[in-house]
Amino acid sequence: MRKTLIESLFRGKLTEPAPHLSDEEKSALIGTMNRLAQRRFGRSLAIRHVDAGSCNACELEIVALNNALYDLERFGLKIVASPRHADVLMVTGSLTHNMGAALRLTYDAMPPPKWVVATGDCACTGGLFAQSPVCIGALGQLLPVDLHIPGCPPHPAMLLRGLITLISCLGDVAHESGRD
Amino acid sequence: MNSARWEDVTTNLADHATTFIAVWGERNDESGAVNLAVRRKGERSIEIVSRSAPDSHYPSVGRHHPSAILMERVIQDVHGLVADGLPDTRPWLDHGFWPHSRAGTSYNFKPAFGPGVHQIPVGPVHAGTIEPGHFRFSVNGEIIIRLEARLGYVHRDVLGLMRGKAIDDAATLVGRVSGDSTVAYAFAFARAVEQALDLAVPARASALRGIMAELERLANHLGDFGAICNDSGFALLNIHAAVLRERILRLAALVFGHRLMMDFIVPGGVLRDLNEEGATALKSGLPSVLAAFGRLVDLYEKTASLQDRVVGTGRLDPAVANLLGCGGYVGRAAGQDFDARRDMPYAPYDGIAVRVPVFNSADVDARVRVRIAEIHESVRILLSLLGTMPKSSIRVALPNDLTARSGSALVEGFRGDIFAFVRVCGGRLSDAFVRDPSWFLWPALEAAIEGNIVADFPLCNKSFNAAYAGCDL
Repeated sequence: MRKTLIESLFRGKLTEPAPHLSDEEKSALIGTMNRLAQRRFGRSLAIRHVDAGSCNACELEIVALNNALYDLERFGLKIVASPRHADVLMVTGSLTHNMGAALRLTYDAMPPPKWVVATGDCACTGGLFAQSPVCIGALGQLLPVDLHIPGCPPHPAMLLRGLITLISCLGDVAHESGRD
Repeated sequence: MNSARWEDVTTNLADHATTFIAVWGERNDESGAVNLAVRRKGERSIEIVSRSAPDSHYPSVGRHHPSAILMERVIQDVHGLVADGLPDTRPWLDHGFWPHSRAGTSYNFKPAFGPGVHQIPVGPVHAGTIEPGHFRFSVNGEIIIRLEARLGYVHRDVLGLMRGKAIDDAATLVGRVSGDSTVAYAFAFARAVEQALDLAVPARASALRGIMAELERLANHLGDFGAICNDSGFALLNIHAAVLRERILRLAALVFGHRLMMDFIVPGGVLRDLNEEGATALKSGLPSVLAAFGRLVDLYEKTASLQDRVVGTGRLDPAVANLLGCGGYVGRAAGQDFDARRDMPYAPYDGIAVRVPVFNSADVDARVRVRIAEIHESVRILLSLLGTMPKSSIRVALPNDLTARSGSALVEGFRGDIFAFVRVCGGRLSDAFVRDPSWFLWPALEAAIEGNIVADFPLCNKSFNAAYAGCDL
């Protein structure tokens, strides 16, 4: 173990600034995110993820956000275990009837102010399962959606972009809708 | 529709002369039918028996063979066909929330009695970024005396939506049965269609399928290796393994254009070729990932606190693994020497001697060690495929055949063997069925967890890593 730790120490960090974006975009992205996250949330935005009928591909990419290369938490964005700790509900999947009640309970358990992100094509529009007799379809039919992140599944860089967009709009949305 | 043969095959299942693959239903207007797929040990073909279900009744397979019980509960919910003699008739997919539900919303979990016994309900929403399912633990102090999993939360009716679709559209749907196995599902579905249409795939397409399938296995095994260590409290290995997983996904994106390689395998061949640049990237990238992984394995083996958590934990009785027909790393960690790539070979594996690791300790550690060995084997297979890439086209057109035909296939995904069955007619799917290996892993997990402490459940669960979406369909 000592060898691995010492090597890791001297190799330098693996974390990338923001993958698959141009240099300008990259610096703008990090700048925007740090500044806005700090101003609005004191560098702390807690995200609760719920799979409401996904094939699990979206989950794989959300999990990837936490790896050393994307390192979501350096931006103060944190995926939390309980809806009671969450500011943002990140929902994946085509919203099955069987998950409707559990999703509603999760949303209701979150303290206001709170925001909802439809993540992946299924949550955004119902995707390939929009016509399924056992799916409700797009997330918007059950909860007020503040942001849509498309993709099948969305690339981690796309997820990061989406969350930055959310942060930059949060103040306005909360103000306009007067949501509690 | 052969009811005598049905009885014969189901009785053989009870005697372990054959291995159960799947039972599934169909309903055409007023009449119903059920299908049963089995494989005989040591033989390379799948036998499928069908029989009608007069007045919506048929004799249960589950009364002879426990692996069939959950599937027959699905047949009851989805097709309204009743299995006579089925030991457990509670609804499975129907939670009482569908517009057409026949079941109520209440559910009777299996009881456990005794002084001090209490229940812990968990889910469907879990603490981590994972799929939804409900676990009901009956515990005495810290000891789990019974676990019952209740799934069905992500049932999307994938099979129902596939029915009537053009073959290519159905392939897109089958690629979303379980995202972590999208390549393996597309592979199994394509082979079933090709068998039905008696279609030979170009050699280069087969090799490319093998490359995609092994990259998928590598990425998942690396992710699991880290996640298992993480759930035993050793985060360092997870951080390093997640980086290696990411390197595989990026190689896949670089070479084929999608991190999970979705929608590239289609009936008739593949949609993406490998260029020189991509082949070079794989040939240099894979050995370097493997070298870095070797260091992690060394750390895994030499960290006593980690070994203390994984050795002897979540032991699955090999007799139970055999009875249930467990495949993949769960089966192979419990003495079940089966791998579809070697035992029911298909291109490109028919030209490769696949080495199959088998352990008998059947604990979390054994399931990790199967994965470690398979990571090495996958890299070996990948380099071998890359070194002998045939030059040919990568896709042939499907014949425009108007007669009804059926086909089936068994493909080794990272979790175990995936079964696919199709009926095609005039370029469209008239019926389809796919079976995830997890159908047998969930009951195996329930058995393996008995007598373990509650705190070891996440560790055991991760070592099984059974799919939710893959079973819920």
